[in-house]
Amino acid sequence: MAAVKSSRGALPRFLLPLGILALLTLATLALAITTGSVSISNAELWQVLSGGGEPLHRTLVFELRLPRALSAFGAGGLLAVAGALMQVLLRNPLADPYILGLSGGAAVGALTSMLLGLSAAAVSGSAFIGAMVSAVTVFGLAHGTGSWTPTRLLLTGVVIASGWGAAITFMLAVSPSDQLPGMLYWLMGDLAYARSPWPALIVLGLISIIMLPLGRSLNVLARGQMQAAALGVSVRALEWTIYIAASLLTAFAVVTAGSIGFVGLIVPHMLRLVLGNDQRLILPAAALAGGALLTLADTLARTLIAPEQLPAGVITALIGVPTFLYLLHRSR
Amino acid sequence: MLAAKNLIIDIPERSSGTPLSFEIKPGETWGVLGPNGAGKTTLLHTLAGLRKPRSGTVELAGTDIQLLRRKQVAQQLAVVFQNNGEGFPATVLETAMIGRHPFISPWDIESAEDLAIARAALQKLELADLEHRLISTLSGGERQRLAIATALSQTPKLWLADEPSNHLDLKHQVQIMELLAEQATANCGIVLCLHDLNLAAQWCDKILLLYPNGDACWGDADTMLTTPALEKLYNQPLRSIVSDGQRYFIPLSSRNSGL
Repeated sequence: MAAVKSSRGALPRFLLPLGILALLTLATLALAITTGSVSISNAELWQVLSGGGEPLHRTLVFELRLPRALSAFGAGGLLAVAGALMQVLLRNPLADPYILGLSGGAAVGALTSMLLGLSAAAVSGSAFIGAMVSAVTVFGLAHGTGSWTPTRLLLTGVVIASGWGAAITFMLAVSPSDQLPGMLYWLMGDLAYARSPWPALIVLGLISIIMLPLGRSLNVLARGQMQAAALGVSVRALEWTIYIAASLLTAFAVVTAGSIGFVGLIVPHMLRLVLGNDQRLILPAAALAGGALLTLADTLARTLIAPEQLPAGVITALIGVPTFLYLLHRSR
Repeated sequence: MLAAKNLIIDIPERSSGTPLSFEIKPGETWGVLGPNGAGKTTLLHTLAGLRKPRSGTVELAGTDIQLLRRKQVAQQLAVVFQNNGEGFPATVLETAMIGRHPFISPWDIESAEDLAIARAALQKLELADLEHRLISTLSGGERQRLAIATALSQTPKLWLADEPSNHLDLKHQVQIMELLAEQATANCGIVLCLHDLNLAAQWCDKILLLYPNGDACWGDADTMLTTPALEKLYNQPLRSIVSDGQRYFIPLSSRNSGL
């Protein structure tokens, strides 16, 4: 029976693209680990990974390059999944993780700590607090009277975001000039200060697992709140879950790598153009593709004009924009 | 099966209204008639549990629908909306498949049986050849048929359809009404918001008239569908004609009736 065959085809339909993306991810991670001021050959990398190799290589891999590559992967994955969720929540393809002002809140937090000359850990902590303050403010204001339409949420978020924008400009204007480069790098997105990759990776893994069984409900929600409710989705609970998940994802991404643009907007879009609109496929694919893109971008950022480093956010835009325009041009 | 008990629907700035108390029994087809803005859609959404009533209750098989989980409701009751909002791009088959959503547990993927049900629904609405088309490329009538196919793949016991004949050509109007009559014969309860009095006269057993001020009356179709009552409802002169034992209503214009 034809029907049976094509239904059994559903799982491979998901597994093939995910398999390809997983291989791509491994390739970008390997590239990130082997490339740099001291390059490591694949054979040497294998020795290091299997517990041998030269001490210099071991230090380079385990203490410098691997943590940074994993941080890049984690942050990219977080942003892409957050973007995909926001696009479903707002039913707006132009939504990205920052559209509701989370990055602005995080930036104000981070810049404040930098101005006060606090430690790197305090900068991360206050960025996280800033992002959460922004998320709760937008949520509360948009939800105030009980009605929560995507338009209302979007407008609230955009207005809060521009408020943060003004605050950031003000802080940059009054900052002593010796602090400006660090602040600008943070705003453009930079992994040089990335600390442990584990918070990002753990949050990415946890939220992906929570979202997995909700994938089909997300597909239905993408058809509109009423239609989703008529098809048995508890719309409000699902929207709250998406909002909280997307906020946490974005906050952890910003804390890890600063405000890296384009990944959250463009990666889910590219995947939708190629793979269709099934969120059960798009969410895990976004985690892998977003991670791979930022890993690649960060590798380029620290090698292109070595020993100088570029902000990774510049590279994600340089790679992302033309690729996206090409796919959009090619699509129906 | 679905009962309204002292139901007053929540329409902003409407102070009063007739409390509605009726039951939609299996096999019955109800037509809701009323002018624009009378609250037909709000009533339909309230009956579906998608809106809270101002007062009174809607009971599905004896339980207040507001207390049931949405999934339980969706396993029995399908809604065909008037505006089939465009979300993200999706194909015709994907759209028909979402009708199976209430029956699939979160960790499962669609089974061969779900796919077969969705395909059969598309077949029934003559959409099988369009299965891989994007909804954005469909005509208004094709989209309307797809909305009905999606409800059909939901295998509901109750149909709540908001102007199901919208955008449809004559042949497809008849086809849709026949399909709904078939569902009624199979013991489904059916509620239709209609603008076409002749479809109502031909296909509905029960009629509910909804006035813009919140007044309402309901009963058997042949007692409700009288020219004076309908003229008052729409504030529009009508003429009724009987042909082959079937009654037809024609709106009159002062320009060609000499009124």
